[in-house]
Amino acid sequence: MTKLVTASQFADPDAAYVALVEARRSLDEQAAAALDARLVLILANHIGDIDVLREAIALAKGA
Amino acid sequence: MTTSADRKTVYRYDYRRSADQDARAIVRRPVVVVGAGPVGLAAAIDLALRGVPVVLIDDADRIGEGSRGICWAKRTLEICDRLGVGESLVAQGVTWKLGKLYHGDDLVFSFDLLPEDGHKMPAFINLQQYYLEKALVGRAGEIDDIDLRWKNRLVGLEQHNDHVQLTIDTPDGPYRLAADWLIAADGARSSTRDLLGLSFSGVTFEDKFLIADIRMAADLPTERRFWFDPPFHSGQSALMHRQPDNVWRIDLQLGPDADVAEEQKPERVTARLERMLGDRPFDLEWISVYRFNCRRLDRFIHGRVIFVGDAAHQVSPFGARGANSGIQDAENLAWKLGAVIKGEAGEALIGSYETERIQAADENITHSTRSTDFIAPHTDAERALRNAVLALAPKAEFARRMINSGRLSVATFYGSPLSTPDESPFAGSARLGAPLPDCPIRNPDGSAGYLLENLGDGFTLLTFRNGASPPSAPEGVSRLSVGIDIDDADGTLARRLDATPGAVYLLRPDHHLCGRWRKFDRAKVSAARDRALGKL
Repeated sequence: MTKLVTASQFADPDAAYVALVEARRSLDEQAAAALDARLVLILANHIGDIDVLREAIALAKGA
Repeated sequence: MTTSADRKTVYRYDYRRSADQDARAIVRRPVVVVGAGPVGLAAAIDLALRGVPVVLIDDADRIGEGSRGICWAKRTLEICDRLGVGESLVAQGVTWKLGKLYHGDDLVFSFDLLPEDGHKMPAFINLQQYYLEKALVGRAGEIDDIDLRWKNRLVGLEQHNDHVQLTIDTPDGPYRLAADWLIAADGARSSTRDLLGLSFSGVTFEDKFLIADIRMAADLPTERRFWFDPPFHSGQSALMHRQPDNVWRIDLQLGPDADVAEEQKPERVTARLERMLGDRPFDLEWISVYRFNCRRLDRFIHGRVIFVGDAAHQVSPFGARGANSGIQDAENLAWKLGAVIKGEAGEALIGSYETERIQAADENITHSTRSTDFIAPHTDAERALRNAVLALAPKAEFARRMINSGRLSVATFYGSPLSTPDESPFAGSARLGAPLPDCPIRNPDGSAGYLLENLGDGFTLLTFRNGASPPSAPEGVSRLSVGIDIDDADGTLARRLDATPGAVYLLRPDHHLCGRWRKFDRAKVSAARDRALGKL
């Protein structure tokens, strides 16, 4: 059974996207990749569910 | 920035010498509007229909040159309907509601605007701007209070306490004219703005875009098509949208390094379009290369000079927020300026034009900036994030919701000092400070009609019956009684307004809702009208 939520959850998805874009606005690709890695760890821990994390990894790899 | 506009003239009008040019003393007019584009024309017609004489000047003698909008939103069409041209525009335009988004070869998302039933005007039509301008010029010609002067170029502007003095150049040489109020509707390269030495705050995007209108007999569906990284235009974006007369609008992103002069050469444009359109024959109608701006003046009112439309604010075209918001500026200003000139309101009311329309401009700039950032990422790191959204979109709904090829223009709601706060909660789709939603109604003779076409040009009190005879509206407010003047045939009106028996709704002259109550109280309605006229 799938536990990962892929339905949109943000009230304003554009604002969420803008927040992510602005975080990397002045970064080169390497610095942005490092930022992303830290973000992944922070958000994965926030989710705190290994099944959800594995499903998310599968979705990201398959995209 | 338009770098070239190789546009055929569509309609031409004659310069005529005005008696003001021969007057011994400088003639003073209540209102001069500079710029006979969609916004200036709408402002002039709206004011004249309110009994204010208007001189409308334009430096050209033709329409059909230069850049132009093609997408007209429902709110704009409702305004045009009140001005007398809405039905003909809809009849002439292409009504559309479907859109498709592609990434490479793949369809990642399709949308249906799903317009709510029971509105007289569609969600959107596509129509060449010169047709809209021609309709408005024709309408202006029917109104005695409009004096439209072609080939009159504003070259001088002096500000005084209670008027401005203008120097206007014509084929017969310059003349002077004074105006109590000047409306600057002279577009993105506003001369009025230059004469006052005003500048914009905002951003100019690095990417250049080719905009082409082509004539092509193509059996393609009527839908907005947008591509990210299409096979025919690698690494960039493309947009295609239908107009009447077999004309198609095509936007191609060219990137920041494109050579503007080179990209406008017809052979180069043709080669790009052939990659897109295959072997379908087409003719080029119009070509332009742009960089987009998202910016506005800090203030729209400078003494007796009031800026509207592109002269006041600019956005990218994704979302159809430019000309639409300009016409909404014109409507917001016209009733207020009319009320001030006729002595029904103090000058404070004009200030609310700026309060409300800066809210609208900022909303439009925010949406337009977000869309442009998504379509043209600034850096490789931003592009990687954008491409991740596109890659996830086929599998994850949250990603589809983040794809942004333009968030389409909808009517602005004003968090406004002119609105009287609700005393009790109201559900339904009508919102305080927003335009009243349209609704199907039945006329007393049994014919079908719509709510908005029954509202007048002034304040209206919409009342729902509660068994007693309807209340008499306070002075300066006309009454429209549901159950007497119009019938809520299937209950839609009561549902959209969350109306209970005896409820009353006060509408501004621009049909924005500015007060509502579960039961009529003359003093409250009267105070709400005063408040909406800026008499706080």
